[in-house]
Amino acid sequence: MTEMLSMSNNWPLFVGIMLLKLVVVFAVTMLIVAYATWCERKVIGHMQTRLGPMRTGWHGLLQPIADGLKLFFKEDIIPAQASKVPFLLAPMMILVPALITIAVIPFGKDVTVGGFTVPLQITDLNIGVLYILAFAGLGVYGIVLAGWSSNSKYALLGGVRATAQMISYELAAGITIIAVFMLSETLSLREIVALQAGPLWGTITFLPDWYVYKQPLAFGLFIITGLAEINRTPFDMPEAESELVSGFCTEYSSMKYALFFMAEYANMIVISAIAATLFLGGWGAPLNIGILNMVPGVVWLLAKVFAIMFFFIWLRATLPRVRYDQLMQLGWKVLIPLALANLAVTGLVVVLQL
Amino acid sequence: METIFFYLVALVTVVSGYLVVRCQSPVNSGLALVNTFFCLAIFYVMLYAPFMAAIQVIVYAGAIMVLILFVIMLLNLGTEARKRYTHGVVWAAIASLLVLLNLVFFVKRGRVTGAEGDITSSLIMTEGHTELIGKALYTDFLLPFEIASVLLLVAIVGAVVLAKKDV
Repeated sequence: MTEMLSMSNNWPLFVGIMLLKLVVVFAVTMLIVAYATWCERKVIGHMQTRLGPMRTGWHGLLQPIADGLKLFFKEDIIPAQASKVPFLLAPMMILVPALITIAVIPFGKDVTVGGFTVPLQITDLNIGVLYILAFAGLGVYGIVLAGWSSNSKYALLGGVRATAQMISYELAAGITIIAVFMLSETLSLREIVALQAGPLWGTITFLPDWYVYKQPLAFGLFIITGLAEINRTPFDMPEAESELVSGFCTEYSSMKYALFFMAEYANMIVISAIAATLFLGGWGAPLNIGILNMVPGVVWLLAKVFAIMFFFIWLRATLPRVRYDQLMQLGWKVLIPLALANLAVTGLVVVLQL
Repeated sequence: METIFFYLVALVTVVSGYLVVRCQSPVNSGLALVNTFFCLAIFYVMLYAPFMAAIQVIVYAGAIMVLILFVIMLLNLGTEARKRYTHGVVWAAIASLLVLLNLVFFVKRGRVTGAEGDITSSLIMTEGHTELIGKALYTDFLLPFEIASVLLLVAIVGAVVLAKKDV
């Protein structure tokens, strides 16, 4: 085992590799954000026996670029009655937490560069899971501020709904994740992925030891609460086109509106990546067979992320929006008790096995 | 490098702390307070206490301040709040001046540099901050920890009783 590359042993190499990792991860995320919009329109189109975008490029492949250019050249309107500073801050405060959460997602095996070990992850925090929860909590501000500062009743209603929804579901999401790191006994995502590599239950050799097999309930709860956290159908109450025009971003136009749009898809990527890392073995192969383990970890991570994102899009084409009281009932009376029960059972199992 | 970074963050903290008091609208004050809390979390990271930093962001910036902003938004206080609450400024200024003097005195006279005690930064690096806090909470300080949790439960029940007209 070679030494870990850090600021103290070879700083020019460290800084260079860090910048490279940052640029690559940012570029890939942005590319996925752009093409997730295309995928969503295509997939929902085909599910509803339509074609979706077809005109720009082959099967509408250039549609995201055309949309981006269109939004870029639109007039940027700030309502006269709006509070200027929060109005300008809101789109940034929603996108930034989403993007910096990706920093702790590991995306491959360690590689050796110039005699040093380099982890394929922007940074390995030993509080990785808490970091994710912290920034998920900060993501609420963007929506709250957008809703309030627009000084419009639709936007305010969207913002108020979003706050109540995200605070309620954050609790359930947090409790669900605790069950996972009770098993892993670490908060570092890199170690959580490494722990999921072994044979299932220590006996079935061809299957990896993913936490989804040990914590199926937690996985289900995390996906549901994740959907609510990123305000997607069936929990898109804050936007609710049919009742609130466009919810919290009604008054936004041009690139500021585009930022909200990007944040929605960036959040979707983040939730999928976290679910893949915590429950589906991160960058590990789905079967412990030699030939599958040869494939680079990035491929598996992206495959899992895309699979979960496809599931989210599928849900959007299938389910109607829940009512507000149903949303609160589900959050407080079903999900939180289930998450607590799961936590208690997991604790009992962990204590009795040791 | 670290010193420059410290002064930069300290400047931002002090400026946003000032803005909390001086902002025209309560929402802007709330935002400045969020920023102050976030800067405090950065200080925790610089003091090798990443767990405290995460909890600071989750609890204060992520939960409490969201609720406070929520209430401000719902009540729509506007600028009237500023006019109404200016009577204690003089006494508050005197009190904070005394605290500042106290702090300066302690920094000048006390031993603020140099780590004393069992928990050193090297121990935190090897053991992990979360693990150390967890062990301390569940072994040496189990009783206070449990009492605190009972206290929180009482507060929750109290909140429910107050919020509901007929229980």
